[in-house]
Amino acid sequence: MTIASQRGGTPLVEMRDMSVSFGGVHAVKDVSIDLYPGEILGLVGGNGAGKSTLVKTLSGAQKADSGEIYIDGEPVSINSPRDAKNLGIETIYQTLALAENQDAPSNMFLGRELMTRWGTLDDSSMEDAARKVMGRLNPKFQNFKVPVESLSGGQRQSVAIAKAVYFNARILIMDEPTAALGPAETDQVRQLMRQLKEEGIGIIMISHDIHDVFDLADRISVMLQGRLVGTVNKDDVTMDEVLAMIIIGKLPEEVTTKELEQLHG
Amino acid sequence: MSVVEAPPTQSDTLEPGPRRSLGSYLRDNEIDTRMVGMVVVLLAIWIVFHLLSGGTFITPRNLWNLSVQFSAIAIMATGMVLVIVSRNIDLSVGSMVGTVGMVMAVLQAEWLPPVLGAGNSWIWLISLIIGVVLGALIGAFQGSIVAYVGVPSFIVTLGGLLVWRGFAWLTASGRTIAPMDPTFQLLGGGSSGSLGETGSWIVGGVACVGIVALLLMGRRRRRKFGFRLRPAWLDVVLGVLGCAVVLGAVWVMNSYYLPENLAIRYAEEHGIPIPEGGLQIPLGIPYPVLILVGVTLVMSYVTNRLRFGRYVFSIGGNPEAASLAGIKTKRTIVRVFMTMGILVAVSAAVSIARLNAAVSGLGTLNELYVIAAAVIGGTSLSGGIGTIPGAILGALVMQSLQSGMVLIGVGAPVQDVVLGVTLVVAVAIDTIYRRRAAR
Repeated sequence: MTIASQRGGTPLVEMRDMSVSFGGVHAVKDVSIDLYPGEILGLVGGNGAGKSTLVKTLSGAQKADSGEIYIDGEPVSINSPRDAKNLGIETIYQTLALAENQDAPSNMFLGRELMTRWGTLDDSSMEDAARKVMGRLNPKFQNFKVPVESLSGGQRQSVAIAKAVYFNARILIMDEPTAALGPAETDQVRQLMRQLKEEGIGIIMISHDIHDVFDLADRISVMLQGRLVGTVNKDDVTMDEVLAMIIIGKLPEEVTTKELEQLHG
Repeated sequence: MSVVEAPPTQSDTLEPGPRRSLGSYLRDNEIDTRMVGMVVVLLAIWIVFHLLSGGTFITPRNLWNLSVQFSAIAIMATGMVLVIVSRNIDLSVGSMVGTVGMVMAVLQAEWLPPVLGAGNSWIWLISLIIGVVLGALIGAFQGSIVAYVGVPSFIVTLGGLLVWRGFAWLTASGRTIAPMDPTFQLLGGGSSGSLGETGSWIVGGVACVGIVALLLMGRRRRRKFGFRLRPAWLDVVLGVLGCAVVLGAVWVMNSYYLPENLAIRYAEEHGIPIPEGGLQIPLGIPYPVLILVGVTLVMSYVTNRLRFGRYVFSIGGNPEAASLAGIKTKRTIVRVFMTMGILVAVSAAVSIARLNAAVSGLGTLNELYVIAAAVIGGTSLSGGIGTIPGAILGALVMQSLQSGMVLIGVGAPVQDVVLGVTLVVAVAIDTIYRRRAAR
């Protein structure tokens, strides 16, 4: 079912037979995906396909009912967001998960504040670190002292990404990273993602936008109704074939020309 | 209460260079324009009442009494800021003052003396400590129901409002408990419950050194990291203003003298000869105000410098983000209510010490004054926004209005009307201001 990645070596992340159910409804059923260093994996599917629930088991926000997670080939157990962070897994949520009333440095360090030797918050060091990371990612960003609610969508996305970069994320989960952004800001975020990929970070990107996925992803995993339809190399498939996977749940080799035509109805 | 934001002046359009209002200039230099506005409003209230009352408002006597009266509410308002910032509310604080105050009173008047011996010098401290522990326990109990069971804090503390009022009555079957331990009484201010002249000047001096040290440390830290510094003149102005306010307040407190009959008795007790023209013994800073200053320092430190404070604000800003960041939000909420409970106990101690008695109705309606003080002081009921100094200024604005109206002979019903209208108007102005600022 899964098309084996052509990359060699141990995957950065391997999720095997993950299942999550909410009161009898299988949100995720026996799904296995993997992710290699320096790779962007697009995770696509319609509403309610189980994409977000699947990655939440990796980011520690949702407990899986069954399944195993391997990081660098080692089995790990992830029971909380903190566990995930300790393993180098950073998540950028669709909602961005920022404390709107606080400034960029506070948000970057939320839950992992830098402290002085007297056990108090070291705001100056945090601001300094934030300025340095942001200088690398988005040099135009200068609003370090205002609540993030007054920032633009792209700037807020920068804050979320800067947080992941500062804490040396090896695995980055991005849930709809460009959904709330304008065209210029989308370009900026895409640029950032390529930059992170160059640095060897593995990225799992959830997206509704098939163009985004084709532009950025190396491989594409498709989910439908909680199950994995399959994983394909982007270069081996057409957009229509991926759409067929998303909508009717058939792999490129199973789908008929007639069905492909019907997609365009 | 309201924010004075200087409108862009006409000359801005004529002069070259960036267009900037005074407000944005101050904000750029990390000065809270909202607080500046509140101070202006407070001064306006004082001046108006001073004129209306024929010059009796801005007098040492009135300001001294005002400071003692507002302390009990202001102490609790600092805790209410954290409660409201965390998207909760505590309606039970008035009734908790009743229960905790009653327990502390009964302890020192009836329960402890037979055990420890009447007049034992530890009675006041043991009563106070038990009161504080009780306040913390009640707070933690209510907070746990909010955080772990998931009952909205409005309901939990509405229940608490009834429950603790009931316990206040049950503790002594509705009797009035008096008198308090002589040492304990000092906590309430009064003729002997203040620092005296020399002590007050020392406290004022220490405060000035502290203000200057904070400003210098801030500059040094910013320079170390290469951040933009405030213009030096602005820091000098802030330092001078801060010290002037502190020393001015001490001077006012020291200008209020012990009433003549008490002064004569004091002189006789201490064998001081009474000079020509009467004896003038300055009272200095009353202990309730000193307690309030201490509470303010501790609460500001907790809010701004500790993880706990930052987490409270994060939870208020976005509870989901806070828990995704790995913050133990439930434990934090319990601690917020516990802090509130401790401050209730401190406030209750001040109140019973001042009254020199405890009655089962002690603290009735305090919850509303405390919430109003926090809200007038800029705490947003939708959570995430609020400051400790703001809440104290809010309490001071309310007490000033009330005392002022008493001075000019406004009846109690009209006082209530004015306070109620003030609350709504203050929040309305704030809402409009925030909406404009957000644009």
